[in-house]
Amino acid sequence: MSKAFFQVDDLNTWFFTRKGTIKSVRDISFDVSRGEVLGIVGESGSGKSVTGMSIMGQIDEPGRIVSGSISLNGEELTKLDFEEMRRYRGNRIAMVFQNPLMTLNPLMRVRDQMYEAIGAHEDVPRNAMHKRCIEALRAVGIPSPEERLNAYPHEMSGGMRQRVVIAIALLLGPDLIIADEPTTALDVTIQAQIIYQIRRQIDERGLGMIWITHDLSTLSELADRIMVMYAGAMMEIGTTEEIIGGARHPYTRKLLDSVPSRNVPGEKLKQIPGNMPSLMALGEGCPFASRCERVTEICREPVPATQLSDTHRIWCLHPFEN
Amino acid sequence: MNEPIFEANDLSRSFTVGSSPFRDLANHFLHDRQPTVLRAVDNVSITLAEGETLGVVGESGCGKSTLARLIAGILPVSSGERRFRGEAYESLLARKRDALKIQMVFQDPLSSLNPRLRVGEIVGEAAVLHGVVPRAKVKDYVVEILARVGLPADSVGRYPHQFSGGQRQRVGIARALAVKPQMLICDEAVAALDVSVQAQIINLLMDIKRDSGLAMIFISHDLGVIRHLCDRVAVMYLGRVVELAKTSELFASPTHPYTRMLLEGMPKISMQRRKFMPIQGEIPSPLNPPAGCHFHPRCPIATDHCREIRPELREIKPGHMHACLNIEAR
Ligand SMILES: Nc1ncnc2c1ncn2[C@@H]1O[C@H](COP(=O)(O)OP(=O)(O)OP(=O)(O)O)[C@@H](O)[C@H]1O
Ligand SMILES: Nc1ncnc2c1ncn2[C@@H]1O[C@H](COP(=O)(O)OP(=O)(O)OP(=O)(O)O)[C@@H](O)[C@H]1O
Ligand SMILES: [Mg+2]
Ligand SMILES: [Mg+2]
Repeated sequence: MSKAFFQVDDLNTWFFTRKGTIKSVRDISFDVSRGEVLGIVGESGSGKSVTGMSIMGQIDEPGRIVSGSISLNGEELTKLDFEEMRRYRGNRIAMVFQNPLMTLNPLMRVRDQMYEAIGAHEDVPRNAMHKRCIEALRAVGIPSPEERLNAYPHEMSGGMRQRVVIAIALLLGPDLIIADEPTTALDVTIQAQIIYQIRRQIDERGLGMIWITHDLSTLSELADRIMVMYAGAMMEIGTTEEIIGGARHPYTRKLLDSVPSRNVPGEKLKQIPGNMPSLMALGEGCPFASRCERVTEICREPVPATQLSDTHRIWCLHPFEN
Repeated sequence: MNEPIFEANDLSRSFTVGSSPFRDLANHFLHDRQPTVLRAVDNVSITLAEGETLGVVGESGCGKSTLARLIAGILPVSSGERRFRGEAYESLLARKRDALKIQMVFQDPLSSLNPRLRVGEIVGEAAVLHGVVPRAKVKDYVVEILARVGLPADSVGRYPHQFSGGQRQRVGIARALAVKPQMLICDEAVAALDVSVQAQIINLLMDIKRDSGLAMIFISHDLGVIRHLCDRVAVMYLGRVVELAKTSELFASPTHPYTRMLLEGMPKISMQRRKFMPIQGEIPSPLNPPAGCHFHPRCPIATDHCREIRPELREIKPGHMHACLNIEAR
């Protein structure tokens, strides 16, 4: 993986609450190459968003990056101070947050928010700015962009707000885009339009992308590699073919089985029994052990990574045979 | 079909956009410009039978959430009529404020849950107010409802922001179920959930439907989920219903060109990288919708009369309606 320009090593992000320590992200390591889409999937609460926010330097009290390294083009991001990180954000790395309201200010018109995003990093005359904003909105399929620029966020539908946030992320031409559930609120035709636009930037400008989602179907059609997370830890990572066609981890297999299109309509969906363990009370061993049908005594011990191919890595002592 | 639990006749709702008192005033003096009026829901008529699940799909911004809020009775109509169990909302609500036994699960759980209340209060308070459970027993009741949606008992003391997106959505579902509604509207209720939790929630909704005959309106972009859960599906485009049919019929033989496009674009688990294509034609704006059929600028089979005549929803096969001038029953 010499092409990788972005790298995360042994990242740990924990929240120190009064009730105890929530270990949201534990020993996560991955990289992203130019022109590549890395998909991250995993159960709700598995630490996908916290991973993205750690990269953005947006973990607030009582949370903290406890250890690990995050580097972009060889520069270590965890060592940057607040002001330096602010310059990185939006400019070199942009994130489309799961909740568009995290990015959009409800009291400001869309236009002013977009101007502010550009103005924070570049010195551009107003009419050039205006042109750029309209182009950006059009690219994500927002009709009547001139008029929508004047709108307040609450005057738009959920999916339109989501598209505005994507437009803002693309505005400054970052090297890396982290998109957290970016298109789940959109119909498939608009979704295809947005993916087409993003894919174009990825291919033309050698952008790297981290696409966080629970939508395995879209991911299978879009991502180059897929990383599977559970309870803050990595379970399996590999090329899309290796994960979708040849998943070896019992958790990945279960995830794939519960996709509606793989089930008979009207019948109960296959679901994974039980719930994710509390992130405050994790043992040493495999976090999936309590819900796994292949579990044995040794699963209570720490699970080392097994390298199955150059690209395929797995954390499981009883993987499926291929 | 059974007696409808809900009925909407020619429901419409418009918004005035980009307006503020100052801007209106300025417009008045400076340009004498009319504020833009947006018809978010445009003459929609639907019925929901007792125990039925109706799916609503359609482009982002086509008016699904607005329709949901109209049906839930939390947004006034611009025109048209809503009936619950045969009685118009106005007279029903005049009689008894909580007579409308419809609950809604919102698209955006973070903004629909009060951030200053603990989950125990969020879920329990309404139930007490609606007289579903006496205050003395509310603790146990809340824990039981939380368990039903797969949340641990210790969630009771936590605030919404301390949960992940999917967990929060379960809180929203728990809150809706806690008051024992007769009809449930789910607006993108599973969009924020990963597949395994989504499977739990969908199975949960199917159980509730089977056990208590709860009627449901289920809004989603995920056609896989719609296909799995719904009895009938309404497809909307720019405020109008363009196709309405039984789920199996709609997926097997969609007739409206927009529905066909939707079904063709449906993502599938595959190992083939798909070539994503931009939308052909101009994406019409709800602020300035094209005359005639709203879909004509994107439609591959549009002809001249599509640019002029508004297609009405009509039955082309028993139980299968669509609004297209160019396609007849096959
Ligand atoms: N500010 C916070 N304070 C305390 N705990 C937090 C905070 N933010 C996140 N967590 C916890 O960290 C864990 C991981 O959360 P995260 O939002 O990363 O999940 P996710 O994988 O993105 O889930 P989803 O698919 O539901 O969005 C959760 O258990 C969550 O409760
Ligand atoms: N309060 C409001 N003021 C002005 N316009 C509004 C308001 N609420 C909704 N709209 C407009 O009404 C139209 C329909 O919005 P709605 O939220 O119902 O769409 P939707 O189908 O739910 O979309 P999505 O799938 O993106 O959630 C949109 O064009 C939106 O901008
Ligand atoms: Mg998340
Ligand atoms: Mg909506």
